[in-house]
Amino acid sequence: MSRVLDIEGLTVGFETGGRRFDAVREVDLALDGGEVLALVGESGSGKSVTALAVMGLLPEVAEITAGTIRFEDRDLARLGEAEMAAVRGARIGLIFQEPMTSLNPTMRVGPQVAEVLRLHKRAGAAAARRAVEELFALVRIPDPAARYDDFPHQMSGGMRQRVVIALALACRPALLIADEPTTALDVTTQAQILELFRDLQREIGQATILITHDLAVVAETAHRVAVMYAGRIVEESASEALFAGALHPYTRGLLRSIPVVRTGPAAGHPRRLVEIPGTVPPPWDLPQGCAFAPRCPRASARCRAERPPLMPFDGGRRAACWHPHVEREDAA
Amino acid sequence: MTFVLEAKGLSKRFAVTTGMGGHKATVTAVDDVSFAIAPGETLGLVGESGCGKSTVGKMIVRLLEPDTGEVRFEGRDIAHATHGELRPLRRRFQMVFQDPYGSLDPRQRAGDIVTEPLVVHGIGDAAERRRRVAELFERVGLRPDQMANVPSQFSGGQRQRLAIARALALDPALIVADEPVSALDVSIQAQVINLMAEIKAERGLAYLFIAHDLGVVQHISDRVAVMYLGRLVEIADKETLFSGPVHPYTRALLEAVPVPDPARRLAPRDTLKGEVPTPLAPPSGCAFHPRCPLASERCTRERPLLRRHPSGAEVACHNAF
Repeated sequence: MSRVLDIEGLTVGFETGGRRFDAVREVDLALDGGEVLALVGESGSGKSVTALAVMGLLPEVAEITAGTIRFEDRDLARLGEAEMAAVRGARIGLIFQEPMTSLNPTMRVGPQVAEVLRLHKRAGAAAARRAVEELFALVRIPDPAARYDDFPHQMSGGMRQRVVIALALACRPALLIADEPTTALDVTTQAQILELFRDLQREIGQATILITHDLAVVAETAHRVAVMYAGRIVEESASEALFAGALHPYTRGLLRSIPVVRTGPAAGHPRRLVEIPGTVPPPWDLPQGCAFAPRCPRASARCRAERPPLMPFDGGRRAACWHPHVEREDAA
Repeated sequence: MTFVLEAKGLSKRFAVTTGMGGHKATVTAVDDVSFAIAPGETLGLVGESGCGKSTVGKMIVRLLEPDTGEVRFEGRDIAHATHGELRPLRRRFQMVFQDPYGSLDPRQRAGDIVTEPLVVHGIGDAAERRRRVAELFERVGLRPDQMANVPSQFSGGQRQRLAIARALALDPALIVADEPVSALDVSIQAQVINLMAEIKAERGLAYLFIAHDLGVVQHISDRVAVMYLGRLVEIADKETLFSGPVHPYTRALLEAVPVPDPARRLAPRDTLKGEVPTPLAPPSGCAFHPRCPLASERCTRERPLLRRHPSGAEVACHNAF
């Protein structure tokens, strides 16, 4: 399958409040056509900064200090703002947590999407309107022609997020980046939007990076998962393998700290949640060695002294750990 | 059986201004809600945004006065009690909010934040108060040297521990916790949920635990109540509700929760259609009828009341029996 995005050695530095630190460190990530890659982590993991770097939307206090972001024969890390603006929206579609980040509250939703088509695709007025109604139908907005003239505030949160998805897909981008796209939605609306993502994935197969803190959302949407901690990828693997048995103790801890809804006979007896002790260290004060070592049940002297690189494992998996949870055949 | 709290027929309406013309309208945020909580029991209150669950919590601790109904706290109706009448009772019920930052004075030192309720209620002398505050800090997992810090020096999880320590200072019988862990990262969320469960077991206090996350609610609750558009649609003990939900809305809610199992990615799902209607114009009869797979003509005109289902749950539905 064709490579859509290739990130190598991405490092993003911040200078703020008199401190200089790297929020993203030496991140390598690749994405193929038709693939959904989830970027998972807690606050401060660097997942959103990684996405912002790809979108060319880093805040002023941040800059890419090393690495390349190869996308359609260009290095996005070296692109100027004007060139990046032409890529964004046309070749890379964006979906944010809060739909109103992307929508203009004073403009009707149909014309907002049409404007993107007229700008990037030089579509005429009638053709643009037709295309927008088709897009609204694609994202399952009931009665697209009637909704064309609605203002965002006349729509529910779920319908607004559908408009944002239509906007992101309008120019048939090669890459879709969705940053916590269902976090602000209620659970029944979230289920509808996740279902829409799965359907669109089957129908148009766009390559997608999904940024989320919610591992359940990952399981329901992504083919592959990269887990970030303190600015680095600590584990990457196919979804099925990760949920069946994660290699990194941090990933294991995250999975066991989720209060999963239990139905059936276990409904009255949820297990005790496993805590990960302590907190994420601030990026300007990372421990020597593995950043997770102070919270890790498996940490050894080596972990505190020497940072583990991201190492390859069977089945195309990667993990940065000196003591990974590997099922050894001789131990069975 | 004596309850620590009994809510009977609670209702609350708000006047709102809508649209560009500034039309005045009334929203019924909570409509005839009744439940009871036994000493040492945790009742989880769940529902999607706008269902009225937070308004119920605020009426219970009398941050809001109900329009109608009773709030019986340890047998005494406080629904319309005056400030002076409430004052001595306030130490028996406390509230913990979603964002502890918003409810903690940013300039006050952490030690003083926990000491303040003891001072206000005239409990102990200075030495006794210091001892109690030190115990509370230790119990919620904060270090004694953190007493001198202000809230901004704490992480989100630590701020929530601080808010819990303050709520515990007066040894309450009931804590109303409104989304206490929803702003926290998942690894920290587990710490706070476990802490709240331990404290409850040790002290035998009761919680009204309000949250949108069904997994969190299942973990901490003994019984669970489900709200939809201002009304209670189902209330049952945890095991009954999660193993055999009766109300079509409860069933849909459970079906909608994402689970960390990739096999579900490929499985077709019964997704609930439509979205929660605006409380400005709630549907007639059963408020859930426009989205309900079981809806009949009767549901469009007659509001179902809570009735005992053979499973043991109380359910407000004409057709689920």
